[in-house]
Amino acid sequence: MAYDYTKRTDLKGDVDKQKQAHKVLKEITFKPALPQRGYNDRTLYVNLTDLTIEERPVTQQMKDKFIGGRGFGLWFLWNATQASTRWNDPENELIIAPGPLAGNTQYPGSGKSLVVTLSPMTDIPIDCNVGGYFGPLMKFCGFDALEIQGKAARDVILVIDGPKGRIAIEEAPLENVDSHVAAEVFTHQYADDEKDLPNVSVVSAGRAADHTRIGCLNFSWYDLRRKATRLKQAGRGGTGTVFRDKKLKALVVHGFPVKGDQNNPADLERIARIGVKMHKELHDFDDSQCHMRRQGTAHLVEIMDAYDLLPVHNFQYGNHPDTPRINSQVWDKRFTQGIPDGCWYGCSMACSKGADEHQVMTGPYRGHSNTVDGPEYETAAGVGANCGIFDPDWLLECNFYCDVYGIDTISFGTLCAFCMECWQRGILNAERTGGLEIKFGSGPAQLELMHQMAEGRGFGLIAGQGVARMKKIFAEKGWGEAQLLNDIGMEVKGLEFSQYMSKESLAQQGGYSLTNKGPQHDEAWLIFMDMVNKQIPTFEDKAEALFYFPIFRTWFGLNGLCKLPWNDIEPADNARTPEPAKVPEHVQNYCELFAGITGREIDRHELLRMSRGVYNFQRVFNLRQGKGQRAHDRPPYRAVGPVTVEEYTSRAERYDKQLKEILGVDPAGKSVEEKMALTREHREAQYEKLMDAVYKRRGWTPNGVPTLETLKEVGMDFPELVAVVEQHL
Amino acid sequence: MITVNGDPLEHEEGLTVQGILEAKNYKFPLLIAFVNGKLVKREDYRTTVVPDGAVVQITHLMGGG
Repeated sequence: MAYDYTKRTDLKGDVDKQKQAHKVLKEITFKPALPQRGYNDRTLYVNLTDLTIEERPVTQQMKDKFIGGRGFGLWFLWNATQASTRWNDPENELIIAPGPLAGNTQYPGSGKSLVVTLSPMTDIPIDCNVGGYFGPLMKFCGFDALEIQGKAARDVILVIDGPKGRIAIEEAPLENVDSHVAAEVFTHQYADDEKDLPNVSVVSAGRAADHTRIGCLNFSWYDLRRKATRLKQAGRGGTGTVFRDKKLKALVVHGFPVKGDQNNPADLERIARIGVKMHKELHDFDDSQCHMRRQGTAHLVEIMDAYDLLPVHNFQYGNHPDTPRINSQVWDKRFTQGIPDGCWYGCSMACSKGADEHQVMTGPYRGHSNTVDGPEYETAAGVGANCGIFDPDWLLECNFYCDVYGIDTISFGTLCAFCMECWQRGILNAERTGGLEIKFGSGPAQLELMHQMAEGRGFGLIAGQGVARMKKIFAEKGWGEAQLLNDIGMEVKGLEFSQYMSKESLAQQGGYSLTNKGPQHDEAWLIFMDMVNKQIPTFEDKAEALFYFPIFRTWFGLNGLCKLPWNDIEPADNARTPEPAKVPEHVQNYCELFAGITGREIDRHELLRMSRGVYNFQRVFNLRQGKGQRAHDRPPYRAVGPVTVEEYTSRAERYDKQLKEILGVDPAGKSVEEKMALTREHREAQYEKLMDAVYKRRGWTPNGVPTLETLKEVGMDFPELVAVVEQHL
Repeated sequence: MITVNGDPLEHEEGLTVQGILEAKNYKFPLLIAFVNGKLVKREDYRTTVVPDGAVVQITHLMGGG
């Protein structure tokens, strides 16, 4: 099919010629089918080493214990790997599973895929929740999950073609690996005609995934209004790095036209009814609440700044006078308005905003005019404020190349900010970086670092290993004190922090560090409850929040749902409910949605039980892989309190007041260093007490290991799990 | 003097719920306000006068994140 690349990339190329160069290594036929009540009861297994392609059954036990999505992914990965398996071993798997509720077009935020693999960053399972059409289209071809194991010898693509009943592994030597090009090219190669373009979705990673551990995956969806592919990211933990290590250039699904009843739900009218209620709520209240439809999560930039929560200069500070230059009003103008930017059909939250006609300033696509998918809050905060860069053009440039090259914007922002602070403190210099002046505020230096990562050269090769490994490398080279590097390097378990300041919220320190996969905010975001509302003052209160919210939020990933419609929109009478922070009406919606699709009635207690089993399973999985204990749940001190004199001094009034009122110490006459030491001793002790309280509430030992009683209670007392746990009791 | 989320705040004659939000720089859109345990509707923030000695709770829900 002839295609004008200028819609998205300005590139010229012959799509058909590239396709003709494909060599089919293996192909099978299959019988496409639609799920019944949300499940196909069939998954697809592919081994790239020996070219196995086979269908596998879904058991009732899998559905009961693991539900779908992230649960299926973890279960497959557990069975495919061993304690000794690492991310780049052939037996490591990359699993994509949408979940039983995914693909419905009635309820907002229902098109998610969950990606699970052993992470190059953490050596434990990572799970990512990503939009785009791939998961639902695959599901409506007949598969509840895709398991990919092994490694190809040369660059290959995997094609799942529903209408043709064909699955194939094909060598694909000519196509550009960069995601904005790959998504366009493969979409056009496998669509039958223009009308068919929305029925194709592509998963790809860019060239930086070949050289870094922070590679992400881009899931495409065809934007009918822009007549171009758009991208959503499975960002965290190096999923793209695993993908490229397996020599995957792309996954392509060619599905059927999407209809509202393809899950064959138990009660279509019921899910339509709650869907309509949510659409009305979004229509009526979004403009006066979060503005998700105009600004996406970027609406949070100035809010976080106002509460001293926006990370600035590697999490040293929480606000900056230049924040208005990158606030929501700026993005409101940059985003093309009037286009419903839903990353799946029927999502009226439509927050997948796009900034069109960005003129690329650097690198191989310099001079091209491109659509940038975003920025979302995390990107604006991470590559912007946290790096001291408050220029929207440089933010868009960085966002564009992160996606194109397959780089996680969150890890990139945090590791870049770490490098910049190392430069500020003389730990890095031009000699050590090969001439790269990686200073706070420098957009050009940030982009140069990224291009180095993409090309696998210079300091980019070191930075692309992530903060945890940089700390080790720098210390070994004698670049800076190990203590300082550990204090300011914002990672836990090997994964970089996402973009919120946690210093003044003990609960959020736990929300980041007492997680299964590492410090990502999707398990628990408790800063307002804790720091501002002061609703959870005791350790027991905080522990209850750190029990409930991670478990509740796990449920979205089991079912293929987006978290945003849960609490970025509020029902009219939410304030009158006993626990408004839980948004009880929306929780009830989810119970009804589950029942309406699967036919199985659940209440909010059963919803938690489903998640709690998988959550504890993942903890035991971490344990098997050598982590998952107390020692792995401690944050760097920068996440807990002021590391440097400048940090203390910048909020001296706050810290002095705390010394006086909480510790009963008169700060007068004490040096800043003495006050910092007292503050640190107190805050670190508080965090230890928090861990004790949380572990107790979760039914874990003081070392963070689920007890045998807990495994039994949550239905995860499989012999192989018990055997792992018993080694640590 | 009043308390807002447990912290003291100087009271001024004619202080409204909206005035408290501005004094505290509470900019988050998903807020719930209680004055002496009584819910104040969002549309009444500008007209609801807060008496001296009041106990005010401004609950921020969790958006984003």
